[in-house]
Amino acid sequence: MSGHDSKYFSTTKKGEIPELKDELNSQYKDKRKDAVKKVIAAMTVGKDVSSLFTDVVNCMQTENLELKKLVYLYLINYAKSQPDLAILAVNTFVKDSQDPNPLIRALAVRTMGCIRVDKITEYLCDPLQRCLKDDDPYVRKTASICVAKLYDINAELVEDRGFLDALKDLISDNNPMVVANAVAALAEIQENSSRPIFEITSNTLTKLLTALNECTEWGQVFILDALSKYKAADAREAENIVERVTPRLQHANCAVVLSAVKMILLQMELITSTDVVRNLCKKMAPPLVTLLSAEPEIQYVALRNINLIVQRRPTILAHEIKVFFCKYNDPIYVKMEKLEIMIKLASDRNIDQVLLEFKEYATEVDVDFVRKAVRAIGRCAIKLERAAERCISVLLELIKIKVNYVVQEAIIVIKDIFRRYPNTYESIIATLCESLDTLDEPEAKASMIWIIGEYAERIDNADELLESFLESFPEEPALVQLQLLTATVKLFLKKPTEGPQQMIQVVLNNATVETDNPDLRDRAYIYWRLLSTDPEAAKDVVLAEKPVISDDSNQLDPSLLDELLANIATLASVYHKPPDAFVTRVKTAVQRPDDEEYPDGSESGYSDTPANAVDSAAAPSSSSNVTHAATRQAAPAPPAPSAPVPDLLGDLIGLDGAIVPVDQPATPSGPPLPIVLPASTGQGLQICAQLTRRDGQIFYSMLFENNSQIPLDGFMIQFNKNTLGLAAAGPLQVPQLQPGASATTLLPMVSFQNISPGPPSTLLQVAVKNNQQPVWYFNDKISLQVFFAEDGRMERAHFLETWKSLPDSNEIAKDLQSVVINSVDVTIDRLAASNVFFIAKRRNMNQEVLYLSAKAPRGIPFLIELTGVVGIAGVKCAIKTPNPEMAPLFFEAMEALLN
Amino acid sequence: MPVAASAIYFLNLRGDVLINRLYRDDVGGNMVDAFRMHIMQTKELGTCPVRQIGGCSFLYMRISNVYIVIVVSSNANVACAFKFVVEAVALFKSYFGGAFDEDAIRNNFVLIYELLDEIMDFGYPQNLSPEILKLYITQEGVRSPFSSKPVDKPVPNATLQVTGAVGWRREGLAYKKNEVFLDIVESVNLLMSSKGSVLRCDVTGKILMKCFLSGMPDLKLGLNDKIGLEKESQLKSRPSKSGKTIELDDVTFHQCVNLTRFNSEKTVSFVPPDGEFELMKYRITEGVNLPFRVLPTIKELGRTRMEVNVKVKSVFGAKMFALGVVVKVPVPKQTAKTNFQVTSGRAKYNAAIDCLVWKIRKFPGQTESTMSAEVELISTMVEKKSWTRPPIQMEFQVPMFTASGLRVRFLKVWEKSGYNTVEWVRYITKAGSYEIRC
Repeated sequence: MSGHDSKYFSTTKKGEIPELKDELNSQYKDKRKDAVKKVIAAMTVGKDVSSLFTDVVNCMQTENLELKKLVYLYLINYAKSQPDLAILAVNTFVKDSQDPNPLIRALAVRTMGCIRVDKITEYLCDPLQRCLKDDDPYVRKTASICVAKLYDINAELVEDRGFLDALKDLISDNNPMVVANAVAALAEIQENSSRPIFEITSNTLTKLLTALNECTEWGQVFILDALSKYKAADAREAENIVERVTPRLQHANCAVVLSAVKMILLQMELITSTDVVRNLCKKMAPPLVTLLSAEPEIQYVALRNINLIVQRRPTILAHEIKVFFCKYNDPIYVKMEKLEIMIKLASDRNIDQVLLEFKEYATEVDVDFVRKAVRAIGRCAIKLERAAERCISVLLELIKIKVNYVVQEAIIVIKDIFRRYPNTYESIIATLCESLDTLDEPEAKASMIWIIGEYAERIDNADELLESFLESFPEEPALVQLQLLTATVKLFLKKPTEGPQQMIQVVLNNATVETDNPDLRDRAYIYWRLLSTDPEAAKDVVLAEKPVISDDSNQLDPSLLDELLANIATLASVYHKPPDAFVTRVKTAVQRPDDEEYPDGSESGYSDTPANAVDSAAAPSSSSNVTHAATRQAAPAPPAPSAPVPDLLGDLIGLDGAIVPVDQPATPSGPPLPIVLPASTGQGLQICAQLTRRDGQIFYSMLFENNSQIPLDGFMIQFNKNTLGLAAAGPLQVPQLQPGASATTLLPMVSFQNISPGPPSTLLQVAVKNNQQPVWYFNDKISLQVFFAEDGRMERAHFLETWKSLPDSNEIAKDLQSVVINSVDVTIDRLAASNVFFIAKRRNMNQEVLYLSAKAPRGIPFLIELTGVVGIAGVKCAIKTPNPEMAPLFFEAMEALLN
Repeated sequence: MPVAASAIYFLNLRGDVLINRLYRDDVGGNMVDAFRMHIMQTKELGTCPVRQIGGCSFLYMRISNVYIVIVVSSNANVACAFKFVVEAVALFKSYFGGAFDEDAIRNNFVLIYELLDEIMDFGYPQNLSPEILKLYITQEGVRSPFSSKPVDKPVPNATLQVTGAVGWRREGLAYKKNEVFLDIVESVNLLMSSKGSVLRCDVTGKILMKCFLSGMPDLKLGLNDKIGLEKESQLKSRPSKSGKTIELDDVTFHQCVNLTRFNSEKTVSFVPPDGEFELMKYRITEGVNLPFRVLPTIKELGRTRMEVNVKVKSVFGAKMFALGVVVKVPVPKQTAKTNFQVTSGRAKYNAAIDCLVWKIRKFPGQTESTMSAEVELISTMVEKKSWTRPPIQMEFQVPMFTASGLRVRFLKVWEKSGYNTVEWVRYITKAGSYEIRC
């Protein structure tokens, strides 16, 4: 049946569109059909053929089903760009929806629903109403989905025209596919509506469970997913449901199996009989294992889900660890996930076998996989006390291979093992010290330095070892510098001799005077003061006993785990994040994610990809414990609000109790603020907010609106680490909000409190909570302009001097394409109002060149050159600054100011 | 929400769009650019099949020289999405008659668009059975039996079949000779340590059927599996016959098999699709008969020489034989010269895959064969990393042998017209991933 359509892709370059136009209007059927195929081919490769709209639509009135389908396909793609012309197609649609052929009726309704033009929507209602009651099940099943399409375009219309009731009637349809599609449509509508529309009663439950046996595989998925929202009344009902669902575990379709597993796991929570639960666990294991023989992508989805399942029900796969052994040719993403599950399933019984596997993996080719395998050995050591010694001996064997990255990874995990079992395995330190020279990664170096400092009294030449690192102190990354500082202090306290005394002078000097890093500087000052005032107190603090760590990395918070288990097989279960964390549901049809929002969204998307998430989640629990061991050991971290977002939570814990209660009313002010938390996401709470600068101070101007049914009080706010270290300077002052009430507040802000590492980003993650609702997270943008200081004006001579003194590499330019300067004076005034000060201007041909200056936080000067033509869009902005990495933020600010 | 896709793209390896179909409005039209920029042109490609970029998630699979990319912005059902792609590709293959690659897509793009419109609606997968779709989606649109002209033959009940309870078989089939072909194909997966102990061993089997049967037949399949036999003897209240019974770890069935009935009566009963299909898959981990034992010894003699000695023993019945036996022994990249001695078959060094490849066309049961090779290596000055010794891999096929011991006991066919059926059964065991560490 192979076709020869590829010829439609080769087109004549010259006059392509007019040529197609001619052909579309040809009197010959075949020529018209070929022309439409060419149009579709052009559309596929991304050419704009929207100008042919009328001509294509003219071909719509045809007996030829294939041609009709092609025209419909064209319509779906272009109707939106030609809403006025799209109306031309309506007549044909309405006519087709009454065609004697059910395929054509269904096609018309299916296509009309995909054309998101308001005018067409009105005409859709009558045909849809008819088709929902059509004699032919094929038409009815298509019409059911169409209701969901229409709801997405115009929810009100769907409710007014009674389509929801018609849809509910279809649940009792005698055709299983109609039932399945109706369920899918209703479930989707329910998800996007705040009102109860589709509530599963025990009556519908019975009906749907019966339909389950007869539907297609996909229909089974729709039904199982919808039923997973059902809460059984008691253990007996739950058992009944489970009994009806278990046969689905034998289905060849992985989606059916996973949806059935989801359903069973949810109902199992209610089942009290341990026998039944044990039996179910036994039944679920084989189908889960079978998923691992599917395509690698499906294996990956299965593994991410199994990871969740074994956290809740470890017994299910306790005896199946062998199936997670990696095959040599498994794709890397499958291997990584298998490793993670192997760690979870490792027990005293199987550890020998598991260690042999890990050891095998540690000699493979892929560096990331090898590292993870080495780390896995360490994590098993921490998890299984009785196996720790065997794990360590494997690690030592691996160190002896002397492969650089294996050694480094081993040292990182051994440091954690020392924390877990203090005073047990220190005899191996000598072996570790042999590899000292090969360490070149910050984390490995930092770990080794921590070990040297911690056990300085047992290492004869600890001072020499540390000294070897000190030479390069200024060049080391912050992580290593912090460890060096702490380790030197420990050494000095343990061996207060001449050598260490000199070392500590050097280090403290380096860490206070020579550095820009506030963390390092602050820590150094604290040590310094401690040591100079009371060395004994310093000992108590620095050498205090550390709490023993445990391997809780990669264990999800129970409430998050619950939520994820209810979302088995979906993206949430793959990302291990709740759906709200990555789905931006703006269902008012106005705002759609468009390209503009792309850059800052992609940043968070990037760093939080599942594979990385695993590593980054693992890091804080172990390494940060050590990094801050000296400063933080006495005071446990303040409890953070119970939160569904793990990564944000991790950062929040690091702050010292900045969540503060609210009691004072606030003063209203200002122009309309952008919405940061829409009411639909915030269960009725809407928050608008923006950073502003007033009288030299930065405020977070906020507007709270309570659209929910209950009064809300006890508002608190928390900011995640961000590039400029913005944090609340005082408590959030919002009074109790009655339903329908709103309040504004100006929250004073301080900067450089909790700086996030990494490249500068405008992302400002904010968490707001109150006593009635869960914690809300939203993202805002940091606008650099609020940081521009009032004293940023520069003298002309000083400007020139500074410009010259900065190397050319510090000059960065960007074209601000959307900016138009209509009048130079107005622009200068406007910029001055935002503390960007005018210095000089000149004309170059017809271009205006402006020189300005601004002062960013911490006195960083920005020297600015704006070049543009009055009245024409596009301004070139060149800047020179000692901190060029801030340039992207600066350009964004300039763009905002000039628009 | 069981939505599986908001948009689906077919791209070639360069990133050119071959097919794009938007199903929902919640993703922008230029999502391919994001995919190209953030996945195809980076090292990310192949590191993870599910990626979030901006507000959208990308799920992608590579099939021959084509990437199929699904874009979603909601919390979509990923299992459903990937399975949909797998099934859709199978469907396209059945339409094109074989290959699914860039050329086939370009040559059939109109058909693909038509199918994509039919098999998914608003992101929800619909009926994907080739059998039924071929009833009314044909490339010869003009000759479509559904032309609305009254002069054409009356519209058959295609739509009822698409949505019907037996959505995989059409009515009114008639064959002169009613035949059923049953193939039991087993793949043995083995991972053996260098010391000869079995680390992991299982058999994944599938039963492939080819049915040429008239009407709407009901079929019932009986195997020598433990549970089925026990249930049967329990129902007939007589003791089960002695003989080998097989314990199946897990079974999955084609959608035509009545699962509820399997669950209660442990019988496999079904109305088969017409033509070829995969009836069931199973997995067995206990009591696997390994067809081959491999005993490797690899000695590194200094830095420039290696001695490889591999002995392969066939442990299946003496009357049977294996076909297409291939043993791949990995050697270091810097291999310069090789010298072989084999007792049967042929061996050579394949530099492209860094392996010694030993091929034996026909390998009788209960025999053994050896290969010894001397490998000379180029000595490199900087030999920082020691050679990692990937596992030895083996390929083979053994006809009329099942590693699990599974046998078909009966296959019953009932049709109301009561015709006679000829049944053919074949068995074959193949190597899945048969790896021996050395």
